[in-house]
Amino acid sequence: MSRRYDSRTTIFSPEGRLYQVEYAMEAIGNAGSAIGILSKDGVVLVGEKKVTSKLLQTSTSTEKMYKIDDHVACAVAGIMSDANILINTARVQAQRYTYAYQEPMPVEQLVQSLCDTKQGYTQFGGLRPFGVSFLFAGWDKNYGFQLYMSDPSGNYSGWKAAAIGANNQAAQSMLKQDYKDDITREEAVQLALKVLSKTMDSTSLTSEKLELAEVFLTPSGNVKYQVCSPDSLSKLLVKFGVTQPATEAS
Amino acid sequence: MECVFGLVGNDFAIVAADSSAVHSILVHKSNEDKIMILDSHKLIAASGESGDRVQFTEYVQKNVALYQFRNGIPLTTAAAANFTRGELATALRKASIFVAVAIYNKALPCPGLYKGGITSLLVYCITHRTRDAALLISNPYFVNILLAGYDKETGPSLFYIDYIATLHKVDKGAFGYGSYFSLAMMDRHYKSGMTVEEAIDLVDKCIMEIRSRLVVAPPNFVIKIVDKDGAREYAWRESVKDAAVPSA
Repeated sequence: MSRRYDSRTTIFSPEGRLYQVEYAMEAIGNAGSAIGILSKDGVVLVGEKKVTSKLLQTSTSTEKMYKIDDHVACAVAGIMSDANILINTARVQAQRYTYAYQEPMPVEQLVQSLCDTKQGYTQFGGLRPFGVSFLFAGWDKNYGFQLYMSDPSGNYSGWKAAAIGANNQAAQSMLKQDYKDDITREEAVQLALKVLSKTMDSTSLTSEKLELAEVFLTPSGNVKYQVCSPDSLSKLLVKFGVTQPATEAS
Repeated sequence: MECVFGLVGNDFAIVAADSSAVHSILVHKSNEDKIMILDSHKLIAASGESGDRVQFTEYVQKNVALYQFRNGIPLTTAAAANFTRGELATALRKASIFVAVAIYNKALPCPGLYKGGITSLLVYCITHRTRDAALLISNPYFVNILLAGYDKETGPSLFYIDYIATLHKVDKGAFGYGSYFSLAMMDRHYKSGMTVEEAIDLVDKCIMEIRSRLVVAPPNFVIKIVDKDGAREYAWRESVKDAAVPSA
């Protein structure tokens, strides 16, 4: 029955659903997960890198975290080729805003402009929606540190802690249990790594399978986006005790 | 002739403008308000072609309002100033068919730039984008602007924006024939961190100097202020009242 309404993104089914949009969300449910946590002195993003083959050249730069502007970064879950398009439009929007006003773009406006693009593909026919969810981490002078999550339908919302991608519901409920207001950035990193270690399919958590990025303010008051190096990430994993011995895994 | 000037004091900014609407040698009215309240904490004082002045300041005002409705937060004064500058810069270099047609119809002088029709004139102007050609076919707003505002983070500020899209953040600024006198007075008597009383006294000194030294001095002035409590009218300085007309 529902098949009749499957192929069009822009037509409601009799139950009032847009199947293509739901399938896009389903696609994201299989992608490598990402977690974002808001703390009082910064925003933390962690992502799971899916290592598909030993032969694959591991990229030197990050593959799930992208800097949009000096004060905004995002983590991606879903189809990377779709994400690249959206990241590019987000960067263009941010620069256009700075060109018009000589000021950094407020974070929510950036998220909203991107979600407007996503929404367009659920309404104007013949096209497929973007199979991407984002976590946006940023800082602006009006609302300070912010974390937003967006989905293929073009909905977005602000969160204190959020998870996208595989096992996001399990991660979300763990975050709900363990998140405390007034958490510090270091505690946020610890919590994010803990949650990811428990929700990831692979048993051993190593720095090759992870990405960690933070948005925070330097002592001089500038916003900084910092990606954690594999070495220091390994040290963090040991320090927080989330790495399980490799022998147990096999 | 036109006099628009402003200055930044301690926690406030003041702008003053003459209120004469003039065409050729004729004064049409002497209570024309040339300072628009842009939003709750911004003032935009403009001099220049009167049609352009009203059109452009309203355009900026409506865009600032639209931004606030869309995003729930107001533009900062600096952002509004940069937006205004951008609009002027765009208008300055945008080819206008209207002007091209005027040249083609010989309404405007155009020294041997074209042989063909309007299209070839446009093509010529765009391909030979010399300064002259660009100016010939562009149709800028002829408005000079002083934008004053108050922001929570940065306090009061004043921006000087002229019709060729110059933008300067200034402590004191002026446009029009009155600027020769008001700038001189402000150079002599302005100091940073003035009180409202001191600033109004300086504004009155400027008005006095314009009235006594400028041949074509306007009779009336309006003074507006913006501080943490918002933008508002402060006072009028009138030496001529429009004559009351008896009812029929």
